[in-house]
Amino acid sequence: MSSVLKVSSNPHIRSKDTTAHIMQYVVIALLPATAFGVYNFGLHALLVILTTVATTVLTEYLYDKCMKKKNSISDFSAVVTGLLLALNLPPQAPLWLGIIGGIFAIIVVKMLFGGLGQNFMNPALGARCFLIISFTSIMTNFDCDAYTGATPLAVIKSGEGSVELLDMVIGRISGTIGETSMIALLIGAVFLLVMGVIDLRIPGSYIISFALFVLLFSGHGFDMEYLVSQLAGGGLMLGAFFMATDYVTRPITKTGQYIFGIFLGVMTGIFRLFGPSAEGVSYAIILGNLLVPLIERVTKPKPFGKGGERA
Amino acid sequence: MAKLTFHGGVHPYDGKDLSKDKPMKTIVPQGEMVYPLSQHIGAPAVPMVKKGDRVLVGQKIAEAGGFVSAPIYATVSGTVKTIEPRRVVTGDLVNSIIVDNDKLFEEVKFTPHDAAKLNKKEIIELIQEAGIVGMGGAGFPTHVKLSPKEPEKIDYVIANCAECEPYLTSDYRRMLEEPQKLVDGLKIILKLFDNAQGILAVEDNKPDCIEVLSKLVENEDRITVKALKTKYPQGAERQLIYAATGRAIHSAMLPADAGCVVDNVDTIVAVYHAVTEGKPLMNRIVTVTGDAVNDPRNFYVRIGMNYKDLIEEAGGFKTEPEKVVSGGPMMGFALFDLNVPTTKTASALLCLTKDEVSMMEPSPCINCGRCVDACPGRVVPRKLAVLAQHQDEEAFIANDGMECCECGCCSFVCPAKRHLTQSIKSMRKTILGKKKK
Repeated sequence: MSSVLKVSSNPHIRSKDTTAHIMQYVVIALLPATAFGVYNFGLHALLVILTTVATTVLTEYLYDKCMKKKNSISDFSAVVTGLLLALNLPPQAPLWLGIIGGIFAIIVVKMLFGGLGQNFMNPALGARCFLIISFTSIMTNFDCDAYTGATPLAVIKSGEGSVELLDMVIGRISGTIGETSMIALLIGAVFLLVMGVIDLRIPGSYIISFALFVLLFSGHGFDMEYLVSQLAGGGLMLGAFFMATDYVTRPITKTGQYIFGIFLGVMTGIFRLFGPSAEGVSYAIILGNLLVPLIERVTKPKPFGKGGERA
Repeated sequence: MAKLTFHGGVHPYDGKDLSKDKPMKTIVPQGEMVYPLSQHIGAPAVPMVKKGDRVLVGQKIAEAGGFVSAPIYATVSGTVKTIEPRRVVTGDLVNSIIVDNDKLFEEVKFTPHDAAKLNKKEIIELIQEAGIVGMGGAGFPTHVKLSPKEPEKIDYVIANCAECEPYLTSDYRRMLEEPQKLVDGLKIILKLFDNAQGILAVEDNKPDCIEVLSKLVENEDRITVKALKTKYPQGAERQLIYAATGRAIHSAMLPADAGCVVDNVDTIVAVYHAVTEGKPLMNRIVTVTGDAVNDPRNFYVRIGMNYKDLIEEAGGFKTEPEKVVSGGPMMGFALFDLNVPTTKTASALLCLTKDEVSMMEPSPCINCGRCVDACPGRVVPRKLAVLAQHQDEEAFIANDGMECCECGCCSFVCPAKRHLTQSIKSMRKTILGKKKK
């Protein structure tokens, strides 16, 4: 042989996108909400965020080490999990709460199932629900220096007192660290949409179906003020744009994504309007996660030439 | 109605600027010529010469081995050195006729024909006799394609001028330099199908070609030029038919089932040469390009020439290439050795200084769905790749794995750099191989 060349099967070129890029985009998209959370709630919130992110990354690193697996933290997915979890914690959460949640998210929800891509439930949300059930009083206490008393959603639910809509949209309200500012979250969402990381199929069908559910069943009729506070309050925006769109735990088929979004909208509506808590996004999403294999099965796309060409 | 595009597809870096603006250059072959007996789909050709025979340019040296087969012609004059297995681009050893080139280029006498006076049968016979096969890469014998069961039901003859593979510019140069031959070739094919309209389907990244061709067919009432949206794989047969006519076929159907016949630019020009000039298929255009060659451009090549000579004509290597691909970067074959002959289906020689693919390591699938968006076959590559790795043939077929056209889009877009196309392709090969038995 005259020369030795590299041989591989086609294609011989690849796009520039990598998993790490995608994860980095998500982190960037979460920065406005993160920054607003710190501004809104103070430095302790920043400490909670840093501790939680450090925990998830370190946990994944140590797990890989112990299990003699290839180090996987460079894909940035542990950073995303840690950040999302932190944004879902109350601003005055003790640091150990973030540590326990971070370890649970990485070990129990993610790594035990095989690591990135294999988990059937969003790790951050799985950990949040674990914390809510285990440490209910800490997780539902949103008192901090800036705000005391119930969250706007809880206020609306009880029907006692009123809420300031503008504050809700901007985020000058109590709640978890990252969920309060609709504007900051939407800025991040637009970034992800522009970068092609997410599309509107899931967030759109989620938010619209939830809004319709509220209009139909809340008993408030066409009360726009009520509707907007339902949309801006709680974890809806954070959940719809950043957690329901988690690639690993949402359906891969397009039709499936609409079904998934609508399911989340309806479940969130049921939990919020008829459940004991004012919140419902987290439970709706992890419930939806469990249905993904079934949704994918019934929404197998039609191939080209068999009806799928017009998809 | 036709939408002039299709769903899915990708937009890779097109690299066409490297070679597109330089005129074609004719190469005079120097060394020995190698003619593999299998340069087409179907039965291999059967040698008609033996060691020591003197052959002339345009002399038939191997005859078709059946109806789905094609004869092979000498492209130089000289003596048959031997008939032995030689390596071809796919890496396979194929029995080949080796001719020692005497550099005299003595020709046999070619008989020109007046296309207007030929009947359908005569045209098809001329095409069959000329050894014309699909020159876009598939190598399906053209006379078979042009003989559908019900020729009157063919509504469209589509000239595949999309050239959607990155880096390739051979069709582009042909359309600019010899557009009349393309149009005349298409007119000859249209004579075979009384009810058909001819479509010159060009991607809209070649506005100059669209302009030239449109002017040429201004007064032709049976031919139109259609500008298709630029997207890979626009030139894939099924996607092309859909974009140009709005008709869709699946993998088990033939274009004729949708009333269409699709032929590539070079193939149609070969038809023109065969019918009007009486010349068999002896030449083709090859794009020699990539960042590793000094003078990337298109060459008018005699089939049988060694790839090494092509590289030399292109000024040799600027830097030692790491990877050389016969064909385009999306669907071509990577060569481990340059010592292979140019065949009827060799459209390009792409020499890359870096093999970016081998530097990437696959990471876990994150289910992002980019492969689903990109797949022109509208299947779920991620799932098919898993089923392929599990060797689950039944589920692979149930999930429409056979609808894959191996275009490479899924592997191209995958952020985890997984070998999706590769897994699916090998599974398809296994299944198709079993079917044949």
